[in-house]
Amino acid sequence: MTDPVEERVRGPRLLGPPRNPRAREEGARGALIAVISTLVFLAIAVSVILTSEAWPAVQRQFFNPEKIAEAFPAIARGFWLDIRLFLLAEVLILIISLVIAMARSLRGPAFFPIRALAITFIDLIRGIPIILLILLLGFGVPALQLPGVPNSAIFWGLTALITSYSAYTAEVYRAGIDSVHESQRMSARSLGLTQIQALRYVIVPQAIRNVIPALLNGFVSLQKDVALVFVLGIREGVREADIFAARTFNYSGYVTATFLFLLVSVPVARFTDWYTDRDRRRKQAVSN
Amino acid sequence: MIAKLELRNVRKSFDDKLVLRDVDLSVGHHDVICLIGSSGSGKSTMLKAINLLVPIDEGEILLDGTDITAPGINPNQVRESMGIVFQAFNLFPHMKVLDNITLSPRKVHDVPREEAEERARDLLDRFGLGDKVDEYPDRLSGGEQQRVAVIRALATEPDLMLFDEVTSALDPELVAEVLNVIRGLKDQGMTMLIATHEMGFARDVADRVCFLDQGRILEQGPPKEIFSAPTEARTQQFLQRIIDAGRL
Repeated sequence: MTDPVEERVRGPRLLGPPRNPRAREEGARGALIAVISTLVFLAIAVSVILTSEAWPAVQRQFFNPEKIAEAFPAIARGFWLDIRLFLLAEVLILIISLVIAMARSLRGPAFFPIRALAITFIDLIRGIPIILLILLLGFGVPALQLPGVPNSAIFWGLTALITSYSAYTAEVYRAGIDSVHESQRMSARSLGLTQIQALRYVIVPQAIRNVIPALLNGFVSLQKDVALVFVLGIREGVREADIFAARTFNYSGYVTATFLFLLVSVPVARFTDWYTDRDRRRKQAVSN
Repeated sequence: MIAKLELRNVRKSFDDKLVLRDVDLSVGHHDVICLIGSSGSGKSTMLKAINLLVPIDEGEILLDGTDITAPGINPNQVRESMGIVFQAFNLFPHMKVLDNITLSPRKVHDVPREEAEERARDLLDRFGLGDKVDEYPDRLSGGEQQRVAVIRALATEPDLMLFDEVTSALDPELVAEVLNVIRGLKDQGMTMLIATHEMGFARDVADRVCFLDQGRILEQGPPKEIFSAPTEARTQQFLQRIIDAGRL
């Protein structure tokens, strides 16, 4: 049942039906009020902007329909590269960081070297600005001309992104692993499972559930940060927008790229919120 | 004849606190031993030490004559022949009842899935939980969860079972169903070490009762002796408090 106080504080539920008729009625009224007040607010904001003296210049430089149409194909093509880089990197990050987090969670003196290696990696990589890592690997390694090592800027730019994000994501996983009660580990060990089996079958599945919102947050972040490989000259979305701006002295290309990024990141952010909320409700339902 | 389990001068401290002081205990095959004593007397630590979940500082623990605390012993192998059940059930919440039970047989003992599941179903039927196969643990009552935990420990066919206050977290009306499971195991000849606050049960089921006080086994003997004519003053005090609370 929807709590009326919560309803007032948080506004109407945008997703999922309220669970009883009275709440539905209140929810409908709340939604109506929210829609009206939003429309009024938008109307005022838009009219203030459009009637201001600076608007024509702003529109010419940033929101120029002709320029947007001109810039769009190249930027969209570049943005598609961003998306592919993001998806590939995300999959690898989720796997690599989980391995690092598991290595860090092993106990006992025998595993000390593995643990130390994981901690060193996380500390070092988190201490390096991501842009520096991209420059270092993206320009540095190909310059060495090592035999048998890829020389492509995309490969090393992606490697830098994956390396940096894996260190952060490993810490997210670790928080999840630590959040599973010690008795679960003990009980798994008492059944004869090895440390690694206990992690794999008992601890990690529960840990992942606990950190899904934090992982989704990382998705949003990475989806934008892939654009950083533009410093290597890779013609992804931001690079294309930059080329357009340099050629035409018009910033509508930047706005086009901005719009494309928002198109992807806002839905993911909404989904994260929705998922977190649902997860919280479920936990409350169980504990009741 | 070699004892099933033997503790010799077992000593354990957490930081500066001594929780087991020179514990000696011999458990014969098919013996049922109840450990009684107030909270913090070392019952739980003793059971965890036997299961190698807590490393001991000094002494030896012999299982079928082999020192399982010696260097080079694989704790996972030791645990394969021993089952332990905890106060808080500790079922795996993300797995169905069936998967909780078959996890160790399948992954540790390499039993094929069908065989492990068939055995699990048999066990569940035998303990009256046949209809809970596909439930998740949080859908079961405390008593049902604890019975599943017992079955999970039995699924690897251990010949020694350790029970760590398995009814302490249960509502009073659910205690009996769990104790009856343990009684059933006694009838099958299972060797058991049971830490409990249920004195009536201990008197009923135990071949021997050990009273622990501040990490020491202060007194042990047949339940009749311990409960009707304890010799140690501390045992008398402890039992008197239990009687005053109406628990015996």
